Amino acid sequence: MTNRWWIALLAAGWLAGCAQAPAAPAATATPTATATPAAVASGEPLVIMTHDSFSVSEAVIAEFERTTGARVEILPSGDTGSALNKAILSKDAPLADVFFGVDNTFMSRALAAGIFEPYDSPAAAAMPADVRLDPTGRLHPVDVGYVMINYDRAALRDAGLTPPATLEELADPRWRGQLIVQNPATSSPGLAFLLTTIAHFGEDGAYTWRDYWRALRANDVLVTDGWEDAYYTHFSGSSGAGPRPLVVSYGTSPAAEVFFSEGALSEPPTANLDVPAFRQIEFVGILAGTPRRALAERFVDFMLGPSFQADIPLQMWVWPAAPGTPLPEVFTAFAARPARAVELPPERIEAERERWIGEWTSLVLR
Amino acid sequence: MERSGTALIGRVARALPYAFVAACGLIPLLAVLHASWRGGAGTDAWPHLAAVLGFSLWQAALSTLLALAAGLPLAWLLARFRVPGRRVMRALVLLPFVMPTVVTAAGFVATLGPRGPLAELWREFGGTWPTVIPSLGAVLLAHVFYNYGVVVQIVGGAWRALGPRPAEAAALLGATPWQVFSRVTVPLLWPAVASAALLVFIYTFGSFGVIVFLGGARMATVEVEIWRQTAQLLRLDLAATLALLQLGVTTLATAGYTWLTGRVAPQTPQVSPEAPPPRRRREWLAVAAGWALVLAFSLPLLALVLRSFAPLERGASGLSLAAWRLLGENPRGSYFFVPPAQAIGNSLLITVVASALALALGVLAAYSLRTPTRRVWREALLMLPLGISAVTLGLGFVLVFGPLGRLRDLWLIPVAHALLAFPLVLRSLAPALRNLDPRLREAAALLGATPWRAVWRVELPLLRGALIAGAALAAAVSLGDYGAALLLGRPDAPTIPLVIGRLLGQPGAANYAQALALASILLLLTGACALLVDRSER
Repeated sequence: MTNRWWIALLAAGWLAGCAQAPAAPAATATPTATATPAAVASGEPLVIMTHDSFSVSEAVIAEFERTTGARVEILPSGDTGSALNKAILSKDAPLADVFFGVDNTFMSRALAAGIFEPYDSPAAAAMPADVRLDPTGRLHPVDVGYVMINYDRAALRDAGLTPPATLEELADPRWRGQLIVQNPATSSPGLAFLLTTIAHFGEDGAYTWRDYWRALRANDVLVTDGWEDAYYTHFSGSSGAGPRPLVVSYGTSPAAEVFFSEGALSEPPTANLDVPAFRQIEFVGILAGTPRRALAERFVDFMLGPSFQADIPLQMWVWPAAPGTPLPEVFTAFAARPARAVELPPERIEAERERWIGEWTSLVLR
Repeated sequence: MERSGTALIGRVARALPYAFVAACGLIPLLAVLHASWRGGAGTDAWPHLAAVLGFSLWQAALSTLLALAAGLPLAWLLARFRVPGRRVMRALVLLPFVMPTVVTAAGFVATLGPRGPLAELWREFGGTWPTVIPSLGAVLLAHVFYNYGVVVQIVGGAWRALGPRPAEAAALLGATPWQVFSRVTVPLLWPAVASAALLVFIYTFGSFGVIVFLGGARMATVEVEIWRQTAQLLRLDLAATLALLQLGVTTLATAGYTWLTGRVAPQTPQVSPEAPPPRRRREWLAVAAGWALVLAFSLPLLALVLRSFAPLERGASGLSLAAWRLLGENPRGSYFFVPPAQAIGNSLLITVVASALALALGVLAAYSLRTPTRRVWREALLMLPLGISAVTLGLGFVLVFGPLGRLRDLWLIPVAHALLAFPLVLRSLAPALRNLDPRLREAAALLGATPWRAVWRVELPLLRGALIAGAALAAAVSLGDYGAALLLGRPDAPTIPLVIGRLLGQPGAANYAQALALASILLLLTGACALLVDRSER
C-alpha cells in the first residue's frame, strides 16, 4: 500500500514539475504594463518571422506597441535561407503575420512560392526606385548592405603591402594564401561574393568568372561555410587573430569593430578594399492568409518609417533604405559603400543559382 | 485485481519512451518526407551521395576507435584506483561536451593555430608548422575531444560497479593477469564498451559543427551535406534522401550492437568496495599519464577562458575584466539583450527539467528492453533521436507543431533536450541493468516486495553508478545544446549557447570577448553540475 502511494506522489510531483517549471519564465516574460488602446486589443500577438541576424531596439518595438496597442512577438528562424524555407513549408498554416529578411538573391524564389500578399504601402512608394525591385507590390525594401572584402590594416602595413586595388589582383601570387571567402551554398555573403565575380567577369568571353575562381583556387583561397568562422577563426584583423589578412565580410564591419571596442579603438583595425561589391537589399512582406492584415500593414509601414529606419545602422549594421535617414557618426566615419556596386536581376539569380553554385562547387571544392 | 492494475501501469510506463520518440522524432521526420519526397535523388546525384556516405562512415569508425583509445585507459584508472582528484577528473572530461563548436574552433586555433604556442615552439626549432585548421587531423582530434568523456563516463561507471572482486577471485584461482583480463574483465565490460562505442559512432557519424568549423568546406558528412543542400539551394528532396540514409545507418548500427551484445550472459552484481589508492611506481606513473591526458584536452578550454580576460585594445597585453563587465550592459538598448544572470537561469532551469525527464525516460526505456520480444528493433527505435538529422527534424517540428500553434511554447526546449539526452541515460543504464542478477528481484519478491518496491529499493540503488553517469551526460547535453534551442528557443528566454551564437554573429572585440566570457561561465556550470551529480555517490 505505502509504496503505491509513493509512486503516485512521485508521478504527480514529476508531472507538476514538468507542467510548472517551464511555465515560470513565461509568466515573467509577458509584458504586463502595456496599456492596450481599444483599437486592436486582442490577446494574440503580431508575429514577425525573420532570420537570426535580425535586431532592433527595445524602444522602437515599444513605440509600435504603444501606438497600435498590439503586442509584437519576434520569431527568429535560422539563417536567411532556413527562415524562408520554413515560411514556404508552413504556408498552409502560417507561423507568422509578417516576414522580414528576404533579400534580392531569394526574392524570386519567395515570390514564386506565393507566400506573400500584395500591399500598396504608402511608405514603400517613398523609397528610391532602384531598391523597389518587386513590381507586384508584395515585398518592400527595408535596408541595403554591401558585401565587401575587409583587410587587416596592421598586417598589410607590417608586410609592406598596399591593399589590392582590383578583384583581378587577388589572383596574383603576391596574395597567395591570404584570402578567406564563404561557401555560396551555405552563406549569404559567400553567395553575394560569387555573384559579384559573375557580374564583374561575365559568363562568356576570354576570361570568365570560372577562370577567375580557378585562379583563386590555385592561389590557395580558403573557403569556410559561414561568416563567423571566416571572420573570427581565420581572419587576422578580428579578435580571433587568425592567420589570413583578407576576408569577405561587410562594408560596415570596420565601423562595427570601432563601435564594439567600447572606446578602446578610435580607428578601425580593418578597412574595405575598393573593388566592385554586391548590393544586398532586404525586404519585408505580409504573409498570405494572416488574420491580422490591418496590423501587419501598419508594421510594414513602421519598418519603412523614420524610427525603425534610424535604428537599423547600429542594430543590423546595414544601411537604411529610406533616403535622408540620419546616420550615426561611427557609420559616416568608418562604414564604406563601394564606388562600384554590382547587381544582377533577381529573376536571373533565381534561374541560375543552382547551376552557378554547382559549377562553383566543382571548380573550387572538388 | 490489484496485481493486474499494477501490471497495466507498468506496461504503460514502459511504453512511454517509445511514444515519446514517435511523437517528437518519427512524426516530424515523416512530415518532412511527405512534404518534400519526390521519389528520391536522381541517379546523377548518387556518386556524390555515395562519397559523402563513405566519408561519414569511415571517419566515424576512426573517430570511435580513437575516442575508445583515449577513454578506456582513463575509465580503467578511475575504476581501479582511488585517483587523486578523481571527481574533478570526471568533471573535466565532460566539459568539452558543452562547448559550441565555433568556440572550440577558436580554442583549437589558439592552441594549435599558426600563432599558437606550439607553432611558436616548433618554429624555434626551425620547422614549418602545417595548416592544422582546416584538416582531417583537426576533425579527428575534435571528435576525440568531444567524445572521450562519453567513454570515460559510461565504461567507468560500469567498471566501478563491477568492482575488483571478479578479477581478484579469478587471480586467486590461479589465473594470470592476461587470463583475468581476457576471460573475466573483457566479457564483463564488453556491453558497456560497445554501448559507449555505439554512442560515439552515432554522434560522429552525424557530426556537423566539427566538420563545418574544423574540416572546412571541402569535407562533408551526411548531416553537413543536408544543410548545404537546403541552406541556399532549398533542395529538400535531396535532403530527405540523405536524412533517410542517415536514419538507416543509425538503425543498422544499433541493431548490430543489440545483436552482438544480446548474447552476453548476465553477471552477478557486486556491491564493490572503494578502489585502493595507487601504490606501486608503475601505478603512480599511470595515474600521472592519465592526468596529463585530461589536462592536455583541457588546454583549448583554458585558452578560451584566458582570452575572455584579454583587453579590448588590439595587441595590448595584460588582463582585463572589460568583457565580463559588458555582459551586464545593453548600450544599444537591443530588444534581444538578456542579462547573463537570466540566461544562466534559463539554462539551469531547462537543464534540471530536461535531465529529470531524460533520467525517468531512460530508466523506463532500459527496463522495457529487458523483455526480449523484438528487442533489436525497439532498441533501434529508442536510439533514433540521435540518428535523425537535426536540420531535417527542425523543418519537421515546424510542420508538425506549427499548425498546432505550439512552436513557441517554452516547454518544448526541455522536452527536445530530454529527447536528445535520454538515449545517453539508456546507454549508460542498459549494460548495468543487464548485468544485474534476476535472482535478486526474485529474492525480493519472495520476501514479499512488490515489483515496484524491488526496483526502487533493490535494483536502482545497485545501478547508482550508471544512473549518475547518465544524469551527468544528460545535463551536459542540455547545457551545451545549440541546435534545438536555436530552433525552438524564444528571444525573450535564451540559453547561454544561444546568446554566444548571437554575439558571434557580429564583428567586434567586445562581442568576441563576451562570447568567450559566456563560454567560460558555461564551462563552470557544467563542471559544477558534474561535481554535484558525482557527489551523490557515496
